Amino acid sequence: MSAASGASAAVLRRDRATGWLGGVAAGIARRFGVDVSLVRLAFVVATAAGGVGVAAYALGWLVIPAGDSGHGRMRIRTARAAVEVALGTGLLLLAVLLTFRALGLWFSDALVWPLVLMASGGALIWRQSMDGTAERPPRARRAPGGGIPRAPVPAATAGDSPPGAAAPTRAEVAVPDGRRAAVAISRTGLGIALVVAAGFVFLQATGALDAARDVLLALIAAVVVLAVIFAPWIVRLVRSLTQERAERIRSQERAEMAAHLHDSVLQTLAMVQRRADDPSEVAALARRQERELRAWLADRPAPGQSAHLAGALEAAAAEVEESHGVPIEVVVVGDRELDSRHEAIVAAAREAMTNAAKFGGRSPVDVYAESSGARTQVFVRDRGPGFDTGAVPPDRRGVRESIVGRMERHGGRGRVTTSPGAGTEVELVLEERS
Amino acid sequence: MSVPAEPRVLIVDDHQLFRAGVRAELEPLLEIAGEAGGVEDALDAIERESPDVVLLDVHMPDGGGVEVIRRAATLTESPPCFLALSVSDAAEDVIAIIRAGARGYVTKSISGDELADAARRVHEGDAVFSPRLAGFVLDAFAGPAPQPESELDALTGREREVLQHIARGYMYKEIALRLDISPKTVEAHVSSVLRKLQLSSRHELSRWAAERGLDL
Repeated sequence: MSAASGASAAVLRRDRATGWLGGVAAGIARRFGVDVSLVRLAFVVATAAGGVGVAAYALGWLVIPAGDSGHGRMRIRTARAAVEVALGTGLLLLAVLLTFRALGLWFSDALVWPLVLMASGGALIWRQSMDGTAERPPRARRAPGGGIPRAPVPAATAGDSPPGAAAPTRAEVAVPDGRRAAVAISRTGLGIALVVAAGFVFLQATGALDAARDVLLALIAAVVVLAVIFAPWIVRLVRSLTQERAERIRSQERAEMAAHLHDSVLQTLAMVQRRADDPSEVAALARRQERELRAWLADRPAPGQSAHLAGALEAAAAEVEESHGVPIEVVVVGDRELDSRHEAIVAAAREAMTNAAKFGGRSPVDVYAESSGARTQVFVRDRGPGFDTGAVPPDRRGVRESIVGRMERHGGRGRVTTSPGAGTEVELVLEERS
Repeated sequence: MSVPAEPRVLIVDDHQLFRAGVRAELEPLLEIAGEAGGVEDALDAIERESPDVVLLDVHMPDGGGVEVIRRAATLTESPPCFLALSVSDAAEDVIAIIRAGARGYVTKSISGDELADAARRVHEGDAVFSPRLAGFVLDAFAGPAPQPESELDALTGREREVLQHIARGYMYKEIALRLDISPKTVEAHVSSVLRKLQLSSRHELSRWAAERGLDL
């Protein structure tokens, strides 16, 4: 079975390509694998029998989404439009039914009205369950934003929103995920209410309800009595469950935080105490811990795991800082994913940082990277003694060549700006290849 | 323009140890008007001592530095200049306090000399940008302006250049030399950026400020 036919058969969709009117009959035929003529015949027969067929067809047209050309141009896009269409269809339906009733093409009030109610409610429930299976994935997708991770929602807020508050047609509108669930519930709820109402109307009209009324009244009375008696306990139970859940989330978070602090900060503090006689070592330890804690607080990926320019530069800076004990400040404007060329610019920047840390007179090193669509630039600067480019010692020239040469091999540029007393700055540029 | 006298500085931080450290470093360089360990204390001290510059911690109980700036504006006719001093380098913290009215932002790892210099510059009406703050500003102003007709929503080419140099670790004097303009012009550019930072309606800035409960 091909994917396309699988998808179209599993889900109830109007088939406007083969249909005559709105494709309702064709859609149903395809969904249940029966001949379309049979479905149409059923509609015609139902129409002759009191107009139910017309009602059912109109409802189907309204609530079954079109299957062809993506998700249908006919789909209702705003809450207001949806309400208007639903209202219009309802009124039209009523008019048609009343006409049939006046013409005498009618069974009895006891049968038709409950059937109409039942059909409406059933259609709503069906439509919702269709949505649930077929349309959830695209709706559940969220734009990956650089936001703060949301705290878990306590159970109390989820239960607070009244299910009947949102109009059932709202599900068509682009609403946030949280409300979508409420809308789905309210739509299903409305459907169930309609079906139950249909049952009641039928029973009432046929007189069967009279017999059931006594039993029902007794039942309701019992329920009310029990509810009044047990309400405080129930409320307390619900509240304590909510509280317990919130407490559990909190204690989990606390445990996680404690574990992290234990592995990192406490370890470092222990090391600091042991190395208290070596100031540069202590400073390096503190600095490394600070960097790690910042990354953790900002929810950044751990160094070494990043496939992005900013993360890779931070990781390189952390390594150089650790091995040379010189503070390196990294500022990145705009980020991008790493490809092999940008890995080269990171490697060259790391050489430059090592250089600055070694020869920069232990002054702080500033790293600034800017990445726009067309170009990536990295500056590495120290405030050390600088040097005369004419009198570069051979060993240092080699390092410089490895920076500039590396950039040139990858189609970029590298430049070293320095003079005695003014520090040294290495500039690395990579233009996007068109 | 006459050179103003050395500024009197109030140190506001909820960590007593840190206040003592800053005080020890600044005492030989500037006049210390006092210390405060919380929002209420700080407002009392501002009213009582009327300091020129307040070194302000961002994170404190009861609203932090933002709250101090907000309430100081209603407290006195001429509120002091605020220089934010924080361990945090999160964009929300930096932008929120600048938009509340601070004239500069430096991190707590700054040396005593640099901190004294920053306090003097703020006192003289300049803005003080750390490399990281410059980076945030360049990031926030990177996309196209939402309202192109508003000059507040975009940086000029020169302002961008100055900010890039700050982010690369250059001092104002060095920037002036490199761009072949006077140090005063560099300061004017930075002040202009500060104004845009405080008044622009750019989405990133409003969002960062809103994440710290600051609606502007």
